[in-house]
Amino acid sequence: MLYTIQNTFDDIKGKLVADLGCGCGVLSIGAAMLDAGLCIGFDIDDDALDIFRRNAEEFDISNVDLVQCDLCSLDAEAYVKKFDTVIMNPPFGTKHNQGMDMKFLWAALSMAKTAVYSLHKTSTREHIQKKANDWGVKMEVIAELRYDLPAVLQVPQKEIG
Amino acid sequence: MKLLTHNLLTSHVKGVVKGYPLLIKATEVKVNEVDFNPQFVSRMIPKLEWSALVQAAEELGQRQDLPAELVPEYENNEEFLKKVHRVLLEVEVIEGCLRCPESGREFPISRGIPNMLLSEDEV
Repeated sequence: MLYTIQNTFDDIKGKLVADLGCGCGVLSIGAAMLDAGLCIGFDIDDDALDIFRRNAEEFDISNVDLVQCDLCSLDAEAYVKKFDTVIMNPPFGTKHNQGMDMKFLWAALSMAKTAVYSLHKTSTREHIQKKANDWGVKMEVIAELRYDLPAVLQVPQKEIG
Repeated sequence: MKLLTHNLLTSHVKGVVKGYPLLIKATEVKVNEVDFNPQFVSRMIPKLEWSALVQAAEELGQRQDLPAELVPEYENNEEFLKKVHRVLLEVEVIEGCLRCPESGREFPISRGIPNMLLSEDEV
């Protein structure tokens, strides 16, 4: 994903990049390695940010910075067009997080000057396309990925007797 | 927290009109080496609140000879761009806090990460 963003669209090298919902920093560190001017990761979670910080140290990455905040209560207006590019893998907005992906997209679109690159579930594609049209934003699918994620949470069966 | 990041951050405590710039109280500051990219620095300058940057550098005792006003034609002035690069990207606040200039609310910085999370009644 990051190679495409850089090699096809030239949106990472020497750019100010934001990673919304950065988690452990996978995308940010990748962007930093592709010579982003600076990549700032935003996330709400202590533990994820701690891992991000340690990863950055381990890979000796100096062109990242981290901010802990709640993107849903961020005053996006304060950050309008401040970043060249936004990259993200937002919470998917299905199951318990209804609409979260769209909140992230909305924040990202106001913060980015040039482009937003975001990962979403295929099942939400039509909905996102519709929203993009409403918002007057051009949307392009640049890659489709297939993840096989076996269900890892076992819902405990009710005890009988 | 780098000063480029600090230059972007504002306080959004409920009711606050001017939550910028956040005042820095640092107990630990580090200066790291970061690759110098003059075009990047030059492109960032117009996005910055210059006086807020100078103030922040001053608060950290890292201002050195950074001028109070932008020098004209800085795009080709490598010496100037290097000074800006140092302050924007190499100086880092590791421990301390950020203070909202209007509400006085403090946002802690720990292990280089500022925590901007608000409690429910502040949003």
